[in-house]
Amino acid sequence: MSYRTHFKHCRLSRSIAITLLSLGALCLAPALTAQDIPLISGAVGFLTSTTGGNTSYFPAVSPVLVAPVGQHLLFESRASILGTVEPQPGAGYDGRFHVNVTYAQANYFLNSHVTLVGGYSLIPFGTYNERLTPIWISALQDAPLIFGIGNPGTGVGTGGQIRGNIVSNENYSITYATYISAGSTDFQINSSRDVGGQVSVYLPKQRLEIGTSYGRLLETDKMNAIGTHVWWEPARIPLKVRSEYAHGPHSQGYWVETDYRLSQFHGANSFVGRMEPIFRLQQTFRNSPDPNDELPAQNTQRVDFGLDYHLPHEVRINTSYARQFSSANSGGNVNIWETALIYRFLFPTWKGKK
Amino acid sequence: MTNLLRKTVRTLSTISLSLLLLAAVPMSSQTADTPPPAAQKPAKAKSVHTTQPRDGQQVFDENCERCHNAPQSFSPSISGTVVKHMRVRANLSKEDEQALMRFFNP
Repeated sequence: MSYRTHFKHCRLSRSIAITLLSLGALCLAPALTAQDIPLISGAVGFLTSTTGGNTSYFPAVSPVLVAPVGQHLLFESRASILGTVEPQPGAGYDGRFHVNVTYAQANYFLNSHVTLVGGYSLIPFGTYNERLTPIWISALQDAPLIFGIGNPGTGVGTGGQIRGNIVSNENYSITYATYISAGSTDFQINSSRDVGGQVSVYLPKQRLEIGTSYGRLLETDKMNAIGTHVWWEPARIPLKVRSEYAHGPHSQGYWVETDYRLSQFHGANSFVGRMEPIFRLQQTFRNSPDPNDELPAQNTQRVDFGLDYHLPHEVRINTSYARQFSSANSGGNVNIWETALIYRFLFPTWKGKK
Repeated sequence: MTNLLRKTVRTLSTISLSLLLLAAVPMSSQTADTPPPAAQKPAKAKSVHTTQPRDGQQVFDENCERCHNAPQSFSPSISGTVVKHMRVRANLSKEDEQALMRFFNP
């Protein structure tokens, strides 16, 4: 599932958003320290995707609002305004706009190791959903093919989470996240009834992270999903190796991605040093039909070759070519060309006290 | 489905109010002029697992920059907000949050 599809599905009741944000706003003034001014971050982008010769255009704005209340409470929300301009057979192009709230949640820092989360939150299964979906972070435009395993429907849950850090020192760090979500197929609130969690171990000296995720869908069909991820960033070179494996009741698959920023060639701000080649390999295996898991209906392999260029002033150009091979009888093998121009912003909502 | 939606909204509102009430206790003891964490003496680590305060640069490298490029710059007035946001996103401990705050405000 691409993150464009993800955007389309992520909707939130206005009443919940208004409730959370209004309550937060009521408490802001007396509690803020000089460095706790609410911020607006996010990105503006213009994306294109050419699949099988048809080019679509996606202007997008994805703002993030973060508002602390005192030292223990934090409200945060990410929204997306996404335009879709797609070719229609024999009718030129058709354009639409979608305005969605990707997530809106309240976080309460109970103590050093426990954070309570309530609201409409990204499901902590695997790494992609929570870490890499923002357009100003993801190196490639499309989400991995296995994204739907463990992230049913929207990849967002309506409910609560308990998360935090069990241990953190110079030798290792262990983090965890558990969640419970209520199910709803409503147009505004779209989430599944499920529970799950994630545990990750990070070894700073090796710069290696290994984690595992579990999710159990509690709808009419009770289904388990498990996943594991390995991330590695060698200390001596600006290389990132990321990988995930996920297994669902009807399918399984993996992806491996490497990003290499060429900053060792005359520095990160040189012409060459601003380049970042990316390679991603992924495979999915279909065990039995399931129209809801969002994975390809047939066994599929895909390779992505990307080249991102980091311009000054928080602007980035992403380009990629992908070749997808499928065992489908027809139309399974396609070329996918994608480009994006993205500007990231980050500023306070108002000028704070000096 | 409408009833379910109403119940969900009501439940979330209750959770929000409860969280705000919980937050009101520590909030009552601080003012807008509270010195920034960087100006305070680092809190003694209470965790039995943490032997010494971690280096903020290390916390930044291990938790923030692994996923995204660092912003080229941002206003000091939002450094505390950025750190709290990262505490949630990267599951930072309180000690790591403080180390990151010292890194942003040396």
